[in-house]
Order: sequence, then C-alpha cells, then structure tokens
Amino acid sequence: MSSTTRARKREWVDEVIAETPNGHRLRHCIQCGTCGGSCPNGAEMDYTPRAVFNLIVAGQKDKVLSSNTMWQCVSCYFCTARCPHQIPITDIMYTLKRMAIREGYGRTSDAPALAKAFTHYVDKYGRSFEMGLASRYHLLNRPLAAMKMGGMGFNMFKRGRMALTPSRIRQIDQLQAIIRKARQLGGAS
Amino acid sequence: MAERVGVYVCHCGSNIAGMVDCEAVARWAKENVSDVAVSRDYKFMCSSLGQAMIEEDIRKEGLTRVVVAACSPHLHEKTFRRACSNAGLNPYLMQMCNIREHVSWVAQERDPATEKAKSLISAAVARVKRQEPLEPMKVGVNPRTLVVGGGIAGLQATLELADAGYPVVLVERSPSIGGHMAQFDKTFPTLDCSACILTPKMSEAYQHENVTLYSYAELEEVSGSVGAFKVRIRKRARSVREDLCTGCGACIEKCPRKVVDNDFEVGLGYRKAIYMPFPQAVPKIPVIDRENCTWFQRGKCRVCEKMCQPGAIDYDQQDEIIELDVGNIILATGWKLFDCRKIPQYGYGRLANVFTNMEFERLCNAAGPTSGKIVLRDGKTEPRSVAIVHCVGSRDKNHNEHCSAVCCMAALKFGHLVLEKTGAEVYSFYIDMRTNQKMYEEFYCRLLEEGMHFIRGRVAEITDAARMPGEEGKLIIQCEDTLLGRQRRIPVDMVILMGALEPQADAKELGLKCGISCSMAGWYTERHPKLDPVATMTDGVFVAGACQGAKDIPAAVAQGAAAAARVMGMITKGTVEIEPVVASIDEEGCSGCRICNNMCPYNAIEYDAGRNVSRVITALCKGCGTCVAACPAGVITGSHFNNEQIGAEIEGILWDARAAAGRGAAAAV
Amino acid sequence: MKYAFYPGCSLEVNAAAYDVSVRAVARVLGVELVELDDWNCCGATEYFSQDELTACAVIARNLALVEPSMNQLTAPCAACFLNLKKVDRLMAEHPDLGGKINEALAAGGLHYDPGRVRVRHLLEVIHTDVGEEAIKAKVVRPLTGLRVAPYYGCQVVRPYKDVDDPEYPVKMDELFRWLGAEVVDYPVKSHCCGGHMTQISEPEAFELIRRLLQSALEYDTDVIACLCPMCQLNMDAYQSRVNGMFNTSFHIPVLYFTQLLGLALGVPEKDLGFGKEIVSAGPVIHAKLAAC
Ligand SMILES: Cc1cc2nc3c(=O)[nH]c(=O)nc-3n(C[C@H](O)[C@H](O)[C@H](O)COP(=O)(O)OP(=O)(O)OC[C@H]3O[C@@H](n4cnc5c(N)ncnc54)[C@H](O)[C@@H]3O)c2cc1C
Ligand code: SF4
Ligand code: SF4
Ligand code: SF4
Ligand code: SF4
Repeated sequence: MSSTTRARKREWVDEVIAETPNGHRLRHCIQCGTCGGSCPNGAEMDYTPRAVFNLIVAGQKDKVLSSNTMWQCVSCYFCTARCPHQIPITDIMYTLKRMAIREGYGRTSDAPALAKAFTHYVDKYGRSFEMGLASRYHLLNRPLAAMKMGGMGFNMFKRGRMALTPSRIRQIDQLQAIIRKARQLGGAS
Repeated sequence: MAERVGVYVCHCGSNIAGMVDCEAVARWAKENVSDVAVSRDYKFMCSSLGQAMIEEDIRKEGLTRVVVAACSPHLHEKTFRRACSNAGLNPYLMQMCNIREHVSWVAQERDPATEKAKSLISAAVARVKRQEPLEPMKVGVNPRTLVVGGGIAGLQATLELADAGYPVVLVERSPSIGGHMAQFDKTFPTLDCSACILTPKMSEAYQHENVTLYSYAELEEVSGSVGAFKVRIRKRARSVREDLCTGCGACIEKCPRKVVDNDFEVGLGYRKAIYMPFPQAVPKIPVIDRENCTWFQRGKCRVCEKMCQPGAIDYDQQDEIIELDVGNIILATGWKLFDCRKIPQYGYGRLANVFTNMEFERLCNAAGPTSGKIVLRDGKTEPRSVAIVHCVGSRDKNHNEHCSAVCCMAALKFGHLVLEKTGAEVYSFYIDMRTNQKMYEEFYCRLLEEGMHFIRGRVAEITDAARMPGEEGKLIIQCEDTLLGRQRRIPVDMVILMGALEPQADAKELGLKCGISCSMAGWYTERHPKLDPVATMTDGVFVAGACQGAKDIPAAVAQGAAAAARVMGMITKGTVEIEPVVASIDEEGCSGCRICNNMCPYNAIEYDAGRNVSRVITALCKGCGTCVAACPAGVITGSHFNNEQIGAEIEGILWDARAAAGRGAAAAV
Repeated sequence: MKYAFYPGCSLEVNAAAYDVSVRAVARVLGVELVELDDWNCCGATEYFSQDELTACAVIARNLALVEPSMNQLTAPCAACFLNLKKVDRLMAEHPDLGGKINEALAAGGLHYDPGRVRVRHLLEVIHTDVGEEAIKAKVVRPLTGLRVAPYYGCQVVRPYKDVDDPEYPVKMDELFRWLGAEVVDYPVKSHCCGGHMTQISEPEAFELIRRLLQSALEYDTDVIACLCPMCQLNMDAYQSRVNGMFNTSFHIPVLYFTQLLGLALGVPEKDLGFGKEIVSAGPVIHAKLAAC
C-alpha cells in the first residue's frame, strides 16, 4: 500500500493533524454527525464539529478559524467517546483554539481572553486565582457581566469561597524554568 | 553431481517491479548464487508464456531444481508445480519465494527491498537443492458430507447435495432448523412471507431420504483430512425420545412451568419448560429445558410424562455421541445479534420502548407474541411515531468495524410494515443508505414514495429527558441532521435499533476444530476473497452464508449452492491428492517413549505396543511438525521440512552476513 | 492504603467544603492522603487552549513530584484528574512528546517516567479500593429516605472509559446505595454542566445547567451529589441566576459526594463544610434524616 502512496503537498489538514495527538484519525471521518448530534453546545455553533472536519479537509482554514465552533466546546468529551472512528475530536478543538489564538483570530469569543488571563496567573503564581481572574478577565473584557456577577461574588465571599490574595507555590522559579524551556521547545507563547 | 537450478523472478506487472529491481535480482542470482544455471525475470510468470518458459528451460537446460520468486504460494504454488510436472520434473523440486507480500507490498524503499528479495532467493535456492522428490498421496472421497448449521445457507447446501443423490448429515445446534429466517415476518425487497418460503425447505430437508438431521446437536471434534474426515457429534439430551414422539404437543399444553423465551421470541414471549421453538419447528419434537423444568430443578411434577400417550418423555436421557466418516464439511453457522446494551446512550434495556431489530421482527410476525400487532412494550398502545436507528454496533470501531450489509434494507422493510400496519410517522436515521442489490434501490424509492422520513445522521443519543414542549413522555432522538448541518431532536413513541450482525460467539472455536481461521472481525476466512469465496485454506472444508460475512438471504443461498457444487465436484472426481508433506518416524531409533503420541494435535500417531515404537498414520498427519520438535531422540523427520533443508534456508538468507564475515576475517589476516 | 494527594486550586478556597470533607472521610476510612509538596495548578482546560506542550509540562511537574515510594496519585477535581491522567497517557503513547516534556522538566531538575504513577479519581479510590464491605461497616448514620441524584459530569468518565461507563456511570450510585440513600436514576447524570462556559457566555451555560436541574427536579431529587468543584459551582452558585433567566424556581442543594459520605460515616456536619453551599442543604437533610 505504502509503495503506491505518493508524497502529497502539505496542506492545512496536515498541520491540524500534526498538532494533535492521534490526529491522523481525522482522515477517517465518515461525516456521520455523531459528534454534532452529541455536542451540548452544538446548536450554538456556526458549524458542527462534523462540518468543521469537512471544512478542514477541504482546506477552508479561514472559515474554520473565524468560526465560533471551537470556542463553544466545553471539553465534555461526548463526541470523542462516541465517534465511531475514535477521532480525538475534543483535542482537535484544542488545536483549533491554539491555531486561532496564534493566528490572530478568535475575537468572536471571550474564551481566548479567559484562557490568557488564566495562564497568566498560573505562570505567575503556580496556582490559579479566582478573584484575580474575576477582576482581570471580567473587568477588562466584559465589565457589564462583571457587574451582574457582583451579587453572586458577594455570596461566595460571605461563605469563604473567594480569596482576596492569590496562593503561591514555593518553587515558582522551578516552574517558570520549566515553562520557559517548554515554550522554547516549540510551544507558542 | 551439482544441481542445476533455474531462478524465475516475476514482476507481477508493477506489483513487484514497482519496488524491486527484478532485472538486477535475476542477474545477481545467476552471477552470485552457486548452482544457478538459468535466471530470468518476466512480467507475469504465472501467464502461459511464463510457464512455458520454465517448462522449456527444464527440458533444454536440464534443470533439476526450480525457484519461482513471485507471489504467495497460496496463489500459484499449484500453477508452477504443474508446469514442472509437465516438463517431467517432480513438482516438489520447485520452491516458491514470496517477494510480493513479503517484500514489495510491505517495503518503503527500493534498494533495501531489492536486497531482501536477493536474500529470499538465495535461501530458496539453498533449500531447493536439498529437497527430495515426493509423490502426492491419493485418497478416496467419502461421498457423505457434513453440513453444520441449518439456517437458509445450510439448508440450501443440504438440499443441493441430497437432490444430487449424495448422503448429507446436517447438524443444527438449536432444537429446530431454519435459522434466523424462521423468526422473520416478511423478507425484503419482495415482501414475501418468510415462513412461506422457508418451511417447505425445512420439511423437505427433514424428509429427504439422503439427509440425516441431528438437531439440538453440536460438532465436537474433527480429525483426518479431505476425503476422509472423522467427526464426532454430540447430540444433546432432549429428554424426549424422537422415535416415539408424535409431535402432538399435549405435554407442552399441560406443562405448568412458563418461562420467558429469550431465544426465538427474543424475550418478548413465553415458552413452557417443555417446548418447541415455534409451531412449524422441524423436527416437530419438543425438548425439555432442564434449567427451568420443575422436575429437574425440584424433583416434582412429571406432568408431561403423564400427558404423553406414546410414552416419549425420558427424563434419564443422556447426551449421545455419534462418530461418522465424511468426505467434506460445510460450515453454515450464520450470525448473532450485537448486544445493543453495549451502547448505553441508546437506552436499550433501560428505556422500555427501545426495541432491537429482532424484537421488532417478532412484533410484526403474525405468529409472534402480539399476533403481528405493532405495539409498545405495554402490549397494547400503538405507536404514532417510530424511529429506526441504523448502524447500531456496525461501522463503529468501538464495536464492529464492518457494515452489516442488510440492516439498511431491513430498516426500509420495517418502515413499510409500520406505515402499512399503523400509519405512524416513521423516521430513519442513517449514515449512508446501502441498497446495492437487485431491486433494492427500487425498494428505497418505494419507501420515499410511501412517505417514510429519512434523516442523514448517526443518532447521538436517545433520552427520555424532555427539554422542550412536546417532548414530555416521549423518547427523544438527538442527532445532527448532517444535510442541514443542524442539531435536531425528534420525539417518538418507539425506537428500533438496527443491531449489527456479528460472528457467532463460538465461531473461532468451531473454525479451529475444522482447521480454518477467522478474519479480524471474526468471520470465516475464505480461500480467496474474490475468486474462491466458499472454499477455505483447508481442503475439504467449505463455508456458506453469514458465517463468512454479513449478507442477505439471496447471497447466503447462492453460497450454500456454491459450496454444495464444490463438494459435488470432489465427490465426482472420486479421489483427491493430498500433500505428501508428512512426518515419519525412524523405528530403529525410536525408544517408545510415546511423548509424541500426546503432542500430535491431530491424533495422527499411534503406538505399536508389540514392537514398542510409535508410528505416524500418514492419512491423518497434517505435517505440522510438532512431533518433529518434540522427539527427544530426534528420530522424527518432517518431509519437505527437515532440519537440513531449514538449516540451508537460514544460511541462504544470511548470505550477505556470511560474505561480510568472510571479508572481516580476511582483513584481520 | 496510601495515596499521593493532589487537591487542586479549587479546593483551596472555592471548594473548601470538598477539601475538608475529603480529608475527614479519608481519615475515617483509613485512607492515607499525602499531599503533594508544592503542587502547581493543572491548567484546567485553559492552558491546553493556549499551548499544548507547556500545558503538559506544567501538569507533568506534579507527576514528577510524586515521591518515589508512592505509585498512586488521587485528585478530587474532575479537570485535575483528567489532566494528570491525560499527560501520563500522552507521554506513554507519544514518546516524542514525552521526550520534550521531560526536556522541559529537566530545566527544573525534574523527570517523569510515564506509567510510574497511576492517576486515580477519588471516587475510584473510595468505591473500588476501600470498597463496599469496609464502607458499609463504617456507616453509623444511614442516609435512609434521602433522595440523592449522583452527578458525574464529563471528565471523570470521558474520554478514558476505564473509570466507569462513559455514558451511564454507576459507581456513585452504588456508593450511595451502600449508604442507604434512595438513589435517583435520572438520565442526565453524565451530561455537561457547561464547564467554563459560565465565564464566557451565560445563555449557553445556563441552558446546560437548566437541563440538569430540570431533570433532577422531575425525578424528585432532594440533593445532587457531585464530584467536581466546577460542576458544584455551576449548579449551585449560578442556580438563582438560572432561575432568573428561565423564570424557573429551582431550589436544589448541590453537595460534594464526600460531604454526604462523611455524614453517613458519622462525621459532624461542621467538619464537612456544610453551610458553604449557596443553596442551603441543611433544611432538606435535617428534615429527611431526622424523620427516620
Ligand atoms: C432484522 C433483520 C432482518 C433481516 N431481514 C432480511 C430480509 O428481509 N431479507 C434478506 O434477504 N435478509 C434479511 N436479513 C439477513 C438474514 O438474516 C441472513 O441473510 C440469513 O439469516 C443468513 O442465513 P444463514 O443460514 O447464513 O445464517 P443463520 O440464519 O444465522 O443460520 C445459522 C444456523 O446455524 C446454527 N448454528 C450456529 N452455530 C452452530 C454450531 N456451532 N453448530 C450447529 N449449528 C449452529 C444456528 O442455530 C442457525 O440455525 C435480515 C437480518 C436482520 C438482522
Ligand atoms: S463522530 Fe467521528 S466520524 Fe462521525 S462526523 Fe464526527 S468526527 Fe466524523
Ligand atoms: S467535547 Fe466539545 S465539541 Fe465535543 S461534544 Fe463536548 S463540547 Fe462538543
Ligand atoms: S416435568 Fe418439566 S417439562 Fe414436564 S411438565 Fe413438568 S415442568 Fe414441564
Ligand atoms: S447496512 Fe446500513 S444500517 Fe447496516 S451497518 Fe451498513 S450502513 Fe449501517
């Protein structure tokens, strides 16, 4: 078989595959729609996951990366567990998120901002920081929502479920060295 | 005297030549491999021109050995052996060397592939020089045939052979023959009544003077080989004497013990502890289900015995072992249904009104538990909407990768029956509509016309969790309508899951007994997927029907007939040649330790107590070599696979390592 | 029974009730939890959306911190559990990626051999390792009469299918049956709570939460038991806003399964973090459990 397969030109689908563990299975998609039917947010997506895979194979990068599909993904893994071809769909959604952020798409959703704010605190303290997230992400990106959240935040605070100061790890230097090295080894920033 | 070896390298079109430099290989063999007198490459060695070339060289060049480097011996060993015979060379002095499956098809690069081809040829030449002429053994073909499985495929095979005048032994595991077809109501695409076309064949087979039927029986053991198999059949105790029972059914009527029938009625109906699977069962003789019989479980009752006028009830009946000689075996053991519980998101077993396809067949059947009324699990409510879910456990790497081939058509059949009997809305949820046999696409069109709804999308889940108005109390089918690119939720009253056709649970075990293997999916492997679909790698063992792969009734029938025709061919010929590749024991050296006796998987070694030696029964030996390796005295030889031949083959394959070692030694000096 | 314990960021503050109840329950059941020294955040789903290799390295640091004397690590949070398990698996299945992760770890003087640590969710430890017999023997206050709806959510049961059935999990159901509770068998127990969607787009997130609460209500639930801080937060803290958006009147307390387990094992309520939930569980629990 391999002897008859000619080397093909590298296309966008190859990049998606290369960036996703077990991504080659994407080529086995039979367009059955199990993923699209299973997705809790499928109704809100510009394209269902199935449709996205068809677009990826068709090389429609711009359409895919400017869509809201991957940002609607909440990592419930229903699609992955049910796909009859064992395609790592959720992981492909992660790949698309990274590509969209990297290539300057992703302004259609607040999700990239949340992801950025979140990793910012992990990089800085080694722990996530909900109060910080709330202020940094919500106030910067969606002040209106932040106001609505106010009451809820107060309730949480009253029950001791919100802290004003971040928790930090002791060996933050070690973690940061690891992060620096990982970025250098090929991660995005 | 040195042998004169001819080497023939086949291009196989571009199959081999695309990856191996055949010309260079042939040239190399002539120049570098000792005793090679002739070496040629050719586009298609198996063509008549290729064969003629070999024959001519044998005659003109006086070749004493031949090596053909081409495809698998499975495909063309016979061809080239015949060519050698034609030219007067003993066919066992020809060796094939597989440079297609073992080299070109699996290699990525040309140079290493070419090198590997050289090594294999060098090995074949080294071995062939040590091969000895052998004479094939002739065995008479016993005209009696064993057919295992009395579904439509097995019945067809049985009747073809019996009608042609040959004796047939039909072994069926369940109490009646008929197979799955007996459970169906109508058959697609013609919608003729399944029982009406099946039962005549069942009784014909039963009454046929040439047929011996063992129902409620299983094949336990097979030995021997083509033409002369010995088989052992276990006929399970029915607790009813077949010679006395008249099939009146008085026992069944009066038996106080009622149990859920999980076999024929797939859990939808009841049967008694003494039962016949269905009214037209063949043979029309009941069987006592001992697990559920009050007498067997609690030592009380014996009502059936009192009711039985002819006195046929026999609680002490034992399993019976029957040993027979047969010439050929046809396996027609069919399929089993996928366990739909394995896909919990479809709710089978949890949501009452989710049915399997086999359950629905019984619901539709006029002789079934509801007398053919299509109703919900409560036994009375007619559904107003029905969803049919395709590909349940098929086309799914989590379960079965294969397409079950018949369920799209069965779904259309169901759609028609629901529309006809209830007028309910029917939705089919499919991935691809597979209707690719005669009159099948036309049947699809008919259902489109009749107003069945088709939604392209594999069902994601079936739930009773209502989300929107109109969903309360319904089963909701959630899916993506892939043609719209939108999620849809469709509330229905009844769901039918088109469960996959799977290989029988014991297919592998039964196959092993007969010396045949199964595909990855578990179906029996045919000799050639296109050109020899009913023969197997074991001579004298044939397969027919759904045990070879999911298929519809017409295809199963065609295979049944084809297998019978192949068997008739063997019987008419009268004798078969069997491979003379067998083991033999040098009685001089045998110490009579008998280790080999128990090792032989085919029971082909007997012990001669008088002379205190073991002896191989040539007719039973399959040349597997187990005893050769086991003999502590080393006095068993496997012809065609003796130590000298194998050793030479290994040395041949390592020719380059040897050459390199030689050079190394030279450099050191 | 000794396990390395990875609490995860949520348990420090927002899910403090989970934290105290896990530790209390572990003490009673004789499960020794050794907290991982200086553990760091698992990056939730967010880090993977940014940078896969770094996300893996950040997670792998925790695996590398597991003392050589221990070979099992347990996490109570579903997201932490999945991240830890996933990185271990990825490193085993994709040696290339594993090599890079170890190169990054080396910058911090660490190393991790995939497969060295078996990552377990706390539910497995309690249900499977401690087991039915030991738990039943320690029940002093059976939850008789309390209708508990076990909620599994997503990431404990998917994508890896070896913890429980990915579609219709049963381990928590069994646990609550051992405790004498009436287990609510409702259809959405492994459906999605919306995850981080509450932070991004409320209409979508609230609809998902509504579906869960709706089904729990239809099945006459006294209390939902969950096993992940995110699920608890979404169903509990957002419940009143969900009511606001859909004009519903849900009032279903959402507790951690360990809180109810602790109760059955006789741990005083105050040591189990009761009262930290926004929709108070006190009334229904006292009413139901006092009655018998
Ligand atoms: C829901 C449904 C509806 C269908 N409707 C149609 C239709 O309308 N038209 C159509 O063409 N096809 C239909 N099919 C396909 C049809 O069922 C098969 O084509 C047919 O059953 C194949 O016949 P068979 O004899 O190969 O196997 P089977 O019918 O499975 O018969 C095999 C027989 O072998 C016996 N057996 C098994 N193992 C052993 C053993 N170890 N020893 C002894 N005996 C054994 C079994 O008891 C059985 O009697 C339908 C299939 C399904 C699932
Ligand atoms: S479930 Fe799998 S095969 Fe089906 S459309 Fe989605 S990705 Fe493709
Ligand atoms: S993992 Fe993402 S894409 Fe897949 S079903 Fe869940 S939300 Fe949808
Ligand atoms: S002895 Fe058994 S089979 Fe006979 S009537 Fe009684 S229960 Fe039925
Ligand atoms: S025949 Fe149709 S329903 Fe059956 S597995 Fe194939 S595609 Fe699916």
